[in-house]
Amino acid sequence: MKDFIIPPKDWDMGTPLSRSTKTVTLSVDGFEVTVPEGTSVMRAAMEAGIKIPKLCATDSLEAFGSCRLCVVEIEGRRGTPASCTTPVAQHMKVHTQTPKVKKLRKGVMELYISDHPLDCLTCSANGDCELQDMAGMVGLRDVRYQAPEGAPLANHFTPRDTSGAANPDWTPKDDSNPYFTYDPAKCIVCNRCVRACEEVQGTFALTIEGRGFDSRVKAGAPGDDFLASDCVSCGACVQACPTATLQETSVIEMGTPDRSVITTCAYCGVGCSFKAELNGDELVRMVPYKHGKANRGHSCVKGRFAYGYAKHKDRILNPMIRDTIEEPWREVSWDEALKFAATRMRGLQETYGRKSVGVITSSRCTNEETYLVQKLTRAVFGNNNTDTCARVCHSPTGYGLGQTFGTSAGTQDFDSVEDTDVVIVIGANPTDGHPVFASRLKKRLRQGAKLIVVDPRRIDLVKTAHVEAAHHLALRPGTNVAVVTALAHVIVTEGLFDQSFIQERCDWDEFQEYAEFVSDLRHAPEAVELLTGVPAEDLRAAARTFATGGNGAIYYGLGVTEHSQGSTTVIGIANLAMLTGNIGRKGVGVNPLRGQNNVQGSCDMGSFPHELPGYRHVKHPEVRAVFEEVWGVEIDAEPGLRIPNMLDAAVEGTFKGLYCQGEDILQSDPDTKHVAKGLAAMECVIVHDLFLNETANYAHVFLPGSTFLEKDGTFTNAERRINRVRKVMAPLNGYADWEVTQMLANAMGAGWHYTHPAQIMEEIAATTPSFAGVTYDLLEEKGSVQWPCNEDHPEGTPLMHVDGFVRGKGRFIVTEYVATDEKTGPRFPLLLTTGRILSQYNVGAQTRRTENTVWHDQDELEIHPHDAEVRGVKEGDWVKLASRSGETALKATLTDRVSPGVVYTTFHHPTTQANVITTDYSDWATNCPEYKVTAVQVSPSNGPTDWQEDYEAQARRARRILPAAE
Amino acid sequence: MTSTPAPSVAPAEAEIDALIAAQLHLEGPLLPIFHALQEAYCHVPQAALSRIAEALNLTRAEVHGVMSFYHDFRSAPAGRHVLKICRAEACQSMGGAALADRLLAKLGLDWHGTTPDGKVTVEPVYCLGLCACAPAAMVDNKVRGRLDDAACDALIAEVRA
Repeated sequence: MKDFIIPPKDWDMGTPLSRSTKTVTLSVDGFEVTVPEGTSVMRAAMEAGIKIPKLCATDSLEAFGSCRLCVVEIEGRRGTPASCTTPVAQHMKVHTQTPKVKKLRKGVMELYISDHPLDCLTCSANGDCELQDMAGMVGLRDVRYQAPEGAPLANHFTPRDTSGAANPDWTPKDDSNPYFTYDPAKCIVCNRCVRACEEVQGTFALTIEGRGFDSRVKAGAPGDDFLASDCVSCGACVQACPTATLQETSVIEMGTPDRSVITTCAYCGVGCSFKAELNGDELVRMVPYKHGKANRGHSCVKGRFAYGYAKHKDRILNPMIRDTIEEPWREVSWDEALKFAATRMRGLQETYGRKSVGVITSSRCTNEETYLVQKLTRAVFGNNNTDTCARVCHSPTGYGLGQTFGTSAGTQDFDSVEDTDVVIVIGANPTDGHPVFASRLKKRLRQGAKLIVVDPRRIDLVKTAHVEAAHHLALRPGTNVAVVTALAHVIVTEGLFDQSFIQERCDWDEFQEYAEFVSDLRHAPEAVELLTGVPAEDLRAAARTFATGGNGAIYYGLGVTEHSQGSTTVIGIANLAMLTGNIGRKGVGVNPLRGQNNVQGSCDMGSFPHELPGYRHVKHPEVRAVFEEVWGVEIDAEPGLRIPNMLDAAVEGTFKGLYCQGEDILQSDPDTKHVAKGLAAMECVIVHDLFLNETANYAHVFLPGSTFLEKDGTFTNAERRINRVRKVMAPLNGYADWEVTQMLANAMGAGWHYTHPAQIMEEIAATTPSFAGVTYDLLEEKGSVQWPCNEDHPEGTPLMHVDGFVRGKGRFIVTEYVATDEKTGPRFPLLLTTGRILSQYNVGAQTRRTENTVWHDQDELEIHPHDAEVRGVKEGDWVKLASRSGETALKATLTDRVSPGVVYTTFHHPTTQANVITTDYSDWATNCPEYKVTAVQVSPSNGPTDWQEDYEAQARRARRILPAAE
Repeated sequence: MTSTPAPSVAPAEAEIDALIAAQLHLEGPLLPIFHALQEAYCHVPQAALSRIAEALNLTRAEVHGVMSFYHDFRSAPAGRHVLKICRAEACQSMGGAALADRLLAKLGLDWHGTTPDGKVTVEPVYCLGLCACAPAAMVDNKVRGRLDDAACDALIAEVRA
């Protein structure tokens, strides 16, 4: 974008911000400017409002000093130093526009242009090219380098010379990546892409091959193109490229965008801020926003590129109804659909009672939308039957951290990772599940922080370019509690705990009791080695590293929570953090990595059947009174049903109607057959979604949803950060999701009249103490805030528990290991664990409808070569995967990432339906399903199972849509 | 196009790994590894790139980037003799360019080419430090100065023998 229309706050400052607290004052062209020590002269000049021409510098990367365009003169110094690599000094006098530097810059520019095509008007970067801008800025008017007589001037941009002979220095475009194109003809070899891949993303997929005039950017080794290389398509190189060399394919096709809206990504729980760049209402590209406090200008393949689903042909734009699920869908007007739904729901309540219907809120929708959905059941249906997909992911986090610290939330912001010295990653795969956080973590690890990975599988972080875990504790699935308790055993028995922290901040008596419990020899690493499969020496070493290595931070994911002892492990993690005094400052803490964009928000907003917004139990009359006054209704004091209870009740015939917004429980919840049976037993299932998802196969009403691009609202990410989602374009389906919920409520007689989500946020702030200070005006001003945001913390709370735990004293709770009932045996000798892959997201409803399928078009079963060999399974073979719940078939891939005895798959594709296999075991405290441990058998197979084929047939039948009757 | 003789047997992975492992104790072992491999196989086998990357925890791109920076690390074996002709300023001013053209024509090669019989590879070099004796060349690490047509013919006869 033309710099002169970019607001100064978004200028490229050339070099990164210095973190020094000391300041230096200097003068640039006679203007005094004060900057932190360590700032470059270039950045100082920019701070003073004076731009210095540059090509190889950009503020996301360390200074490189290769283009020589940013030369300046400094009084008292010899020559013309590059301003990007020269740090400021006190009283320095810099001159940026002397005759000498102007002449030098023109000469440098002339050399650049001598090997660059002059096709600016038809170039895809026209108007968005730094080379073009700099040529203009230095006033280049002529290029004197001419070809010698009879011979062409050596260059990289003409495919053939004038005689028609091929130019050996020319390389064709590489468009192997579906989202961006590499055109070597436009390359000025500034190195920004290579450095972005290294410094920002940490993948090191790019290099400069050759030397001198032969130097070219290269993805991977000889013979690789971008797709075949290690490239993860994060877009950092495209973002860094100053020319058209690395360009979004969408820009090549559509042209340069001319307006932008700042919004928040709707994929994982990192919650990256993006600039949606458009022409009119046509979205041209999504660009990571450098002032986004979660992502700091970085992105991953999903947020940056995989938004094509918003306009996919599968998207349903008209409401549909049907009397039974055997019938095809009928497209009807909004009025008719809402009337149909309202009448049915009220009818069911009259026949089967007030509590026979409920809702499922979505962790992908906004806070405001989620708030309305739970309000719908509490205020309009008159019961507390609300639950959300957090039930199946992070509900143990809510319970565990609530019990120990007093509130259900991660303790840090993502910036905190920059100050951490030892990181434990347990049951999480950040490079695939939370890629932008993984890049920030890898950056810190490359600076020397130590890493301990606790995971049955050798995730990428264990060993990836320039990063190697100090310890990888490859435990057997299901033994998290034993490992975490053994770590605590070592810390306590070897006296490595932080006594002063515990005495000051925690309940000492409870600690004593806990210390006695973990000191028991049965928790010693040697004692649990047989059970966990983790060598005792490794475990001891890891515990010592964590306890003595400085700032220790724990990051964990669903590999912790989705177990029958998920809540216990969360408590164990909290214990570890308290034991080592790693709470309440930068660089430490307990950090749940949330799966979906708004899991945190949907929990905050009272999606659980026993809690009103702000995690307050519905049994307390004073809490109910707050909402009763605002809503003008009486609230049921009895907690409602959880998702598994709803399904059980449906099978029993007491639960009959469900409004399910933006979630596909049939695919994402465990034991698919049971879910299907429950849904089939209901008489009114209302699905509110973008697509006819798997759950919709059992629905009677389909209400079309809107994408994150089509509505206003807020998402709350894993660091409790409330980020604005802004309407980029009008909803294709006509209404934002909050409007649809409101219309449904009103069809049932609610009389709501919100006209903008800001009003819903006002209601949230008025009723929920931790959101008391949140307003859209504040979000506009600050960009984002982290809750609690109230009178005590008017600008939000980046770090929790700084002066004391929310609950007062931190509470140690004993964590007894109880083996899961899901055990291997002769029939099912292997343990299946499940996870995610970078290019796909959750049930894949969005990512499967984008070009991301080039990386992962089906779920595969990872199996150790030993286990494969004894079963006669070869790479790429179809295998049958069976558990006591069911069976499915998929293709096998042989890898030693998994240990012998363990197999692994993803659950992104409905044709595989990995959740047919998973069982109905769940967390003792919260019912969070035990996805991560299932005893299975693997055997060779010819293709899909009968069940898969029947399922396909049923899905096809259920998705029929009658042509609209005119 | 010129052909290069294919090595009769592809280097065994275990052998490559052993050569890599022997250098790992060094600080900055990447260049010593390239040298060891080139010493053993007269080139750095492409198959070794991913083994080196694995051993040093680098990416294949990085290994390739370093290797391709140094012209003397070869991705395929050179001919039995390597003839390097200086193309730097002093030699050019003494007729080096024309001399090189004639030499290439006589061998029927382009720069970096190897004769079909695998006897000789011709490469450009930028200054041998022998400017006083320009035009200069180097055959198998031995420098030759004051090259004229006769000396060139002798040189060709020598390497083709």
